[in-house]
Amino acid sequence: MQPLTRVEGRAIPLGLKNVDTDIIIPAKWLKTISREGLGAGAFESLRAEPGNVFDDPAYKGAPILIAGDNYGCGSSREHAAWAMLDLGIRVVIAPSFSDIHSGNAVKNGILPVVLPQDAVDRLLEVAREGLEIAVDLEAQTVTTPYQDRFTFQIDPFRRDCLLGGLDEVGLTMARGEAIGGFEAARTAAQPWLMRGTAA
Amino acid sequence: MASRPRTLYEKIWDAHVVETRDDGTALIYIDRHLVHEVTSPQAFEALKVAGRPVRRPELTLAVPDHNLPTTARQDANGRPMPIDDPESAAQLAALEVNAPAFGIRYIPATAKEQGIVHVVGPEQGFSLPGTTIVCGDSHTACHGGLGALAFGIGTSEVEHVLATQTLLLQQSKPMEVRVEGDLGPGISAKDLILHIIGRIGAAGGSGYVIEYRGAVFERMTVEERLTVCNMSIEAGARAGLIAPDDTTFAYLKGRPMAPQGAEWDAAVAYWRTLHSDDGAAFAKSVTINAADVEPSVTWGTSPEDVVAIGGRVPSPEDFADESKRVAAQKSLDYMGLVPGTPMTEVPIENVFIGSCTNSRIEDLRAAAAILKGRHKADNVRWAIVVPGSGLVKAQAEDEGLDKVFIDAGFEWREPGCSACLGMNPDKVPPGERCASTSNRNFVGRQGPGARTHLVSPAMAAAAAVTGRLTDVRELV
Ligand code: SF4
Repeated sequence: MQPLTRVEGRAIPLGLKNVDTDIIIPAKWLKTISREGLGAGAFESLRAEPGNVFDDPAYKGAPILIAGDNYGCGSSREHAAWAMLDLGIRVVIAPSFSDIHSGNAVKNGILPVVLPQDAVDRLLEVAREGLEIAVDLEAQTVTTPYQDRFTFQIDPFRRDCLLGGLDEVGLTMARGEAIGGFEAARTAAQPWLMRGTAA
Repeated sequence: MASRPRTLYEKIWDAHVVETRDDGTALIYIDRHLVHEVTSPQAFEALKVAGRPVRRPELTLAVPDHNLPTTARQDANGRPMPIDDPESAAQLAALEVNAPAFGIRYIPATAKEQGIVHVVGPEQGFSLPGTTIVCGDSHTACHGGLGALAFGIGTSEVEHVLATQTLLLQQSKPMEVRVEGDLGPGISAKDLILHIIGRIGAAGGSGYVIEYRGAVFERMTVEERLTVCNMSIEAGARAGLIAPDDTTFAYLKGRPMAPQGAEWDAAVAYWRTLHSDDGAAFAKSVTINAADVEPSVTWGTSPEDVVAIGGRVPSPEDFADESKRVAAQKSLDYMGLVPGTPMTEVPIENVFIGSCTNSRIEDLRAAAAILKGRHKADNVRWAIVVPGSGLVKAQAEDEGLDKVFIDAGFEWREPGCSACLGMNPDKVPPGERCASTSNRNFVGRQGPGARTHLVSPAMAAAAAVTGRLTDVRELV
């Protein structure tokens, strides 16, 4: 995963609420066994509408997306994060995110920024003017050329993973001894829990 | 034993903490992992590339469901039928190879135990009360109906669980949805959960794990509880729970992967401790009056867009908040609906009975009870019943339900996700409506341009008979 410290650029002013992962990437694109190339199907139903923000040349390659409440709700498909990444999106700003999708985003080097609705509305205005927005993960700020400055909160572990581009699986595998201890205690106390398909 | 009263969610959480990090993130042990073909190939690939084994293969169960066509799986000579779509075939083949290569039990497409992951887990006794259960599918919340902490994960997390049997998680907040009183006659678990989602909204449970409480849930069968918990994610909650009780234990006893003998007794003794303590605090609490629940139906493209069947298509002006007004207008345009239209005047061209929400034996019985001696209306072009598993299918056939469906003009299919999502051959044509027992009415969910109305199995059957959305109570 690519580290992320600061992202500066134009922002796609989507603004829509309840953007579900079926909208981000429809099911017919999920039949792949790779993580690449999903940008072609990203936001397909929205892009079918004439004059949509995704195909507006002003936002081509924009690394930031601004959306409404409950972004990424619905299906757990990580393909949504892969599709966004393939489009070049590294930051999504919204008043709230689905738990599953924001986790998937972080694991793929995409930063979900939660800001209050009025801050999001203001950023939508700036984005619609085609101006650049800067998102700084170290300072935890979003700033505009008009000197707007919004600070956001992020879970420190997620922040570290994004800043360092860390491999979470490798980090946890290094805790193998603690996991083994937990398993041994369980096998002794509640062996049926550890049987699974071998019951 | 902690002195502070705890919620059911907190008890299960506490029992699975391997270690807590300074930042509050916990390493949580995962007891059961279900794997299907769509969200696993990239995870297995990553393990292969890194040379990492699966830590506890016996705690994972693999079964194909999403992509699989629901037409006959074997020819007259018992040979597997080829799958036309090359991408689906490749994805299914990948699971068939990956699972055994990593030592994971795989249920093949032609086995009678095959079915939708969330139907198979409980049915096999793989899913158990008090366990943590994950799957690369958001409706994993379903297994909460057994009193398990069950939630959907992404593919990177699938890889994480395969390699470490754990996940790094932040604890959610406990939320209570309390239902007071009794459901009226003819009102199903699906009507109740749609009503609840309509009340709390598609993001109302965001950041929470919901526990459903009240006598209504205690009286429910396990099948009904699975239906309720299944849709927790449509209210934004990662998981939903109903405390296990004698109904749960009776359901699980003797299932192939459930504990047996002395271990069964020990398990039940433990499971009896799994309920929220008196005085346990919930971070959020919502009370619903069961008497307010009518047969429910959705009009829009979010599961929160719920009205009672006696209601009308709303107008965007009915909504106080601006973004909801915009969303409502978009939904109405997509759904081709005019504000003010009575829901019972909405014509239906397709009927889908199936999905992990409503494809268990009781769902099929409820639909068949309405269809017996009746036939689908002429304007209903396509009506299909897709049992949740091969075992459900066999049970239904023993009871003669397949005949009732076929006589009523329905197609009787092989188990799988089918028209719940538009990624296998079962799709609703563009611009057409479907009365569907599934869980999502998103834009394009049942196929590009498809218009979904979420309903209960009995309501879907009623719509098939009259050719329009119908109050099932008029047909009983
Ligand atoms: S039936 Fe639908 S919701 Fe359930 S697992 Fe399959 S695709 Fe997901």
